[in-house]
Amino acid sequence: MSFLNSLISGVSLGSIYAIIALGYTMVYGIAKMLNFAHGDVIMVGAYICFFAVSRFSLPPLVGVLLAVVVCTLLGMTIEKLAYAPLRAAPSLAVLITAIGVSYFLQNAALLLWTPNPKVFPNFFARKVTAPDGTVTDQTGMAFFDGALRVSYVTLVTILVCLAIMAVLTVFINSSKLGKAMRAVSEDKDAARLMGINVNTTISATFAIGSGLAAIAGVLLCSAYPTLVPTTGSMPGIKAFTAAVFGGIGSIPGALLGGLLLGVIEILAKAYISTQLSDAVVFGVLIVVLLVKPTGLLGKVVREKV
Amino acid sequence: MKKALSLVLALVMVFALVACGGSSESTKAPAEQSSETTTAPATTDASGAQVFKLGGTGPLTGGAAIYGMAVKNAAELAVNEINALGGDVQFELNFQDDAHDAEKAVNAYNTLKDWGMQISLGSVTSTPCVATSAETYADRIFAITPSGSSTSVIEGKDNQFQMCFTDPNQGSASAQYIHDKALASKVAVIWKNDDVYSKGIYDTFMAAAPGLGLEVVSDTTFADGSDTDFSVQIADAQAKGAELVFLPMYYTPASLIFAQAKAAGYSPIWFGVDGMDGILTLEGFDTSLAEGVMLLTPFNADSDDQMTKNFVKSYQEKYGDIPNQFAADAYDCVYAYKQALENAKCTADMSAEDICTAMIAQFTSMTFDGLTGEGMTWGTDGAVTKSPKGMIIQNGAYVGLD
Repeated sequence: MSFLNSLISGVSLGSIYAIIALGYTMVYGIAKMLNFAHGDVIMVGAYICFFAVSRFSLPPLVGVLLAVVVCTLLGMTIEKLAYAPLRAAPSLAVLITAIGVSYFLQNAALLLWTPNPKVFPNFFARKVTAPDGTVTDQTGMAFFDGALRVSYVTLVTILVCLAIMAVLTVFINSSKLGKAMRAVSEDKDAARLMGINVNTTISATFAIGSGLAAIAGVLLCSAYPTLVPTTGSMPGIKAFTAAVFGGIGSIPGALLGGLLLGVIEILAKAYISTQLSDAVVFGVLIVVLLVKPTGLLGKVVREKV
Repeated sequence: MKKALSLVLALVMVFALVACGGSSESTKAPAEQSSETTTAPATTDASGAQVFKLGGTGPLTGGAAIYGMAVKNAAELAVNEINALGGDVQFELNFQDDAHDAEKAVNAYNTLKDWGMQISLGSVTSTPCVATSAETYADRIFAITPSGSSTSVIEGKDNQFQMCFTDPNQGSASAQYIHDKALASKVAVIWKNDDVYSKGIYDTFMAAAPGLGLEVVSDTTFADGSDTDFSVQIADAQAKGAELVFLPMYYTPASLIFAQAKAAGYSPIWFGVDGMDGILTLEGFDTSLAEGVMLLTPFNADSDDQMTKNFVKSYQEKYGDIPNQFAADAYDCVYAYKQALENAKCTADMSAEDICTAMIAQFTSMTFDGLTGEGMTWGTDGAVTKSPKGMIIQNGAYVGLD
């Protein structure tokens, strides 16, 4: 039973990594750049939702939508101001710019929202009235006399993660914009010759990736409710690892990588050592990359001569 | 057209950010804060009183900012009180941000040295304090830290003193307290293995526990970067039947542990150390989660003692918060300096090194009565002797246990 509990925790953590990894992988797959500011967009999304719900008492759903809108605009702004001027620059320059944007967002958040941690409200609680009339918040379901517990956040996270993946896959494969994205991913110049607006397409990619970041931020903070300006950075790095693990650029790969990373992390903590869990996670990553350098579901791209 | 669009987008963003920020209390940037106090000349003021340059570093930004702000505010309060009284000893305070980072703390220390710091409050948190104490030792500047509680802060340094307990003292005192009050026999410990503060307390707790009949059934760790999911640590403590969980850590991870333990249906006795102080002021925190949490701390803001009442009142008037133990320690540090400087008849034109020699002689021989204890004394190693008080959180407030 404790194994099952650990597995559920792992899947829950893993699906959050997976949603974040989807953002990384989309941007990498289409714009061929690593957007290291992605983790910090998550943090901004979580803050927007926190303020909307806690300070302005808006309903949670409005808070989430607001966060998605703000993050989408933020993502497009970042792309326009920081990345678009570097379209022709070497990829290293773009990478460093992305790290700069990440620091900028963190420090802006420090200034605006102070470093004091905020505790994120739990949206996924049910009011339960006990026989004696006291009302308590029930945050999850218990099975087998409480031996097995699944929190609502976990369920919602997993469902949202699967839904996002399905929608994204359909979108990329069948919509017009999705086709344009695939074309840009394959060959920017050829796509331009075919009449595809490369800048708009990349901008749309950032918009989608950042909108996903807002959702990831809300789910991350619902599961682990402490919100500080650096909230997004470590999950961001772990999710980047997950994206590489699953094969960066591949959407199902991000899901698989995220889930595996979460499960390995929790199981390593439970059965090997709480001290060595990160070492085990990254050890597995190294082994996978040695055997399959493109990641689990990555495409092998032949170098054209 | 494109440029115009991106400008509009940028403006929308700026307004959105400002709108959210405006509703929260904003703190000034550290650079602004320090520049206020760095201009006035030192040594003697118009009335001929001695003005000593007192420096210190602490996290005014970052995850541990609540401690740095508490220390800065309380030190400022004490300095203003002392200066307003117009005695022979006056202070000029310069408090720099170190963001709970050793490297930044050393940079901040160098800024203070350039400013001409004569006596120091060290650093607020342990890891930076270990770094700055090496500098103050090498430069022969006397330092007493309000809250840098690790032994490595004072180890082998004759001019480094502490106002708070050393970590060993906290660990063994906690074990002793749990034993004395017969709180539990099966104990779990969750500690942070990349933090000198947490590890210091853990080590001595583990050393003291077997002799006191405490059985540590579960011993799990976390580190920076894996400090969000505690389900495994909680499940381990629960499965092994721990009646009490000892949490030698700061309050941010502790707040997550309480929430996740509640979700897992586990409600042991929680026992914290001074880093737990501050959990009730965490914004949005459901204080019912911390109900019944015990902690050992030398300061109790609810105390009936006149000195504490005055301090809490003026602190609250000025900064709007109830002061925590870090604030009380900082306040005591400034008054201890006043007492020691007066006793030693130091003058502000003395070099930092001469003051240092005089302070070492004073601190090792004097007895000091402050907010955090009466009859405090210091050994030559720089560690303080005072007795901790047990506190429990009831109805969202700290209540003294004895």
